[in-house]
Amino acid sequence: MGHYQNLFNQLNRTALVPFFVIGDPDEETSFELVKTAIDSGADVLELGIPFSDPVADGPTIQKADIRAMKAKMTPAKALAFIKRVSDYKPLPIGLLVYYNLVFQYGVEAFLADFKEAGGTSVLVADLSIDDADEIAPAATAVGLETVFMVTPNMTDERIQKVVEKTTGFIYTVSLLGTTGERTGLSDRVKPLISRLKGLTQQPICVGFGISTAEHAKEVAQAGADGVIIGSRIVKFIEDNLDDTTEMKKQVGEYIDQVAKIIARL
Amino acid sequence: MKHKGRYGTFGGFYVPEVLIPALEDIEAGFEQYCNDPKFVEELDDLYRNYAGRPSPLYHAKRFSEQVGFQVYVKREDLLHGGAHKVNNALGQGLLAKYMGKKKLIAETGAGQHGLATSMIGALFGMQTKIFMGSVDVARQNVNVHKMKLCGAEVISVSGGTCTLKDAINDALRYWTSHIDDTFYLFGTAGGPHPFPTIVRHFQTPIGTESRQQCLDQLGRLPDKVVACVGGGSNAIGIFSSFIDDVDVELIGVEGGGKGIETDEHCATLVKGSVGVLHGAQTYVLQDENGQIHETECISAGLDYPGVGPEHAYLKDSGRAEYTAVTDEQVLDVFELFTRSEGILPALESSHALAYLVAQKGKLPKDTLVVVNLSGRGDKDVSIVEEHRPMI
Ligand SMILES: Cc1ncc(COP(=O)(O)O)c(C=O)c1O
Repeated sequence: MGHYQNLFNQLNRTALVPFFVIGDPDEETSFELVKTAIDSGADVLELGIPFSDPVADGPTIQKADIRAMKAKMTPAKALAFIKRVSDYKPLPIGLLVYYNLVFQYGVEAFLADFKEAGGTSVLVADLSIDDADEIAPAATAVGLETVFMVTPNMTDERIQKVVEKTTGFIYTVSLLGTTGERTGLSDRVKPLISRLKGLTQQPICVGFGISTAEHAKEVAQAGADGVIIGSRIVKFIEDNLDDTTEMKKQVGEYIDQVAKIIARL
Repeated sequence: MKHKGRYGTFGGFYVPEVLIPALEDIEAGFEQYCNDPKFVEELDDLYRNYAGRPSPLYHAKRFSEQVGFQVYVKREDLLHGGAHKVNNALGQGLLAKYMGKKKLIAETGAGQHGLATSMIGALFGMQTKIFMGSVDVARQNVNVHKMKLCGAEVISVSGGTCTLKDAINDALRYWTSHIDDTFYLFGTAGGPHPFPTIVRHFQTPIGTESRQQCLDQLGRLPDKVVACVGGGSNAIGIFSSFIDDVDVELIGVEGGGKGIETDEHCATLVKGSVGVLHGAQTYVLQDENGQIHETECISAGLDYPGVGPEHAYLKDSGRAEYTAVTDEQVLDVFELFTRSEGILPALESSHALAYLVAQKGKLPKDTLVVVNLSGRGDKDVSIVEEHRPMI
């Protein structure tokens, strides 16, 4: 059984998965923030390597990428960062990355080094399931789990392909669009979760647009194994760039609040 | 997706999963209609009577004297809208119409593709949104006004370098949340499959006409065919009909900016390395980690760190050759060509002309060179004035 499946079985509740861009707003603060997230109740970490052209991301994460790149974050440094995180506490770590960064590093070398650093799974934002084999065999060979996206506009036939290629969890995109905060929960997410439940036993983590504790609760109640919160958390960084103490405090309090609500369900 | 969209190892469709249904939809629509007699007839009528095809092949005699060999220019500058971009906008716009789409989006650099799409949006009564980098909005503002006059909304993009690359990023992002009713009318022979194939198809009249005109007017094929390369649509349009004529040299000219030995250029094929950008594996300008570089070029339409995958393939296979000229060479030839012929070439097309000036004295007098004059230079007058003020 995979790391994720194991964890989700043990938890017996929905897992909380915060997302950070590695190196945002700078390497040290970023590390402090990730530690804060772990201490405040994160069950799994989803970490992204900053890229110059993140087409799957909305404005909040685009700005985070720019901040991290200005602070000189690179793929190699990001892997070292992941090592520090897993030394601090060995939570499962899912990586979100754009293909060109992996391609330039060398697919096999990148995946091996990520595994070595303590990584658990990899998701390439701009690889569709048709191109799963550019990454999946090499990931499996080094002992990583694979994660692919399912979107509300996907046919059952394509979802079936995702099910076949996934060894970690199914990254369930709650809406049609990019990452970013939303006021309401997309009305497409619950039908999608039920559709997935009818097609597979694999763990389902829901992301994109999950912004409030209430959204997280609804997604959890709809049967998600994990809820991924990105832009809402990254926004605390953006809003407190001149006060890292406040930044950490807000990130910690928010994660703690969501964790408690999920735990009570 | 039905096809892989590869040119050798180049191309493909490296996009987030959410875009796949939209690309599959366009791939299927294109297959269904591109050879449908009704579609072909309607497009042909629009090419003739709306755009002004066929465009002439003109012997630029006084310019030929300057360079010492025979230069024939394919007058895409005479088309409606002032550039080859209308060919593709009409083709894809008509496809969108046949597919029942009501809304168009497009990216633009120089504004020529944005303008062409806005014209077609007006023609077909489709709501049109154009994404344009804020730097380009400022330097090509005449085109911005024209787009607005056609009824399009122009969205100024301020992410990243605020040029064409970022306009494509934002158009793709917008598309992910509006795929149900919106057709992304991609402007160049790049991006994810099926765009390189579709754009090439709708730009091939440049090549088929040029080839036939050479045979009719000159009794033989040219020795060289030269075109500027941004994303590569005007170049692939004219190259496509000559690829099998192995004796015809194909030469693509990129933006050398301040010089290819500096970091300020957009000579992707000359100086780039293989990577993945905007859905395609191709040559890109990037750092050692794969972060995409900022580019610099006097001509907004070439200012792009990627290139269509078929050009990457033609380069590696040796069938075409790619080179670059600097901003200064481009300004020189803009003046020279305008004075010699009374034709203002677009700064993009001036890159192809500048390459000819660099060949001066190197070719026999009877050498026949066809140059794709992809657009007219009216939009560039204020830029030229800024760099070379007339006293
Ligand atoms: C007149 C003209 N020529 C060439 C180009 C470059 O595009 P492509 O390489 O796709 O032909 C542009 C782009 O805006 C243009 O306006």
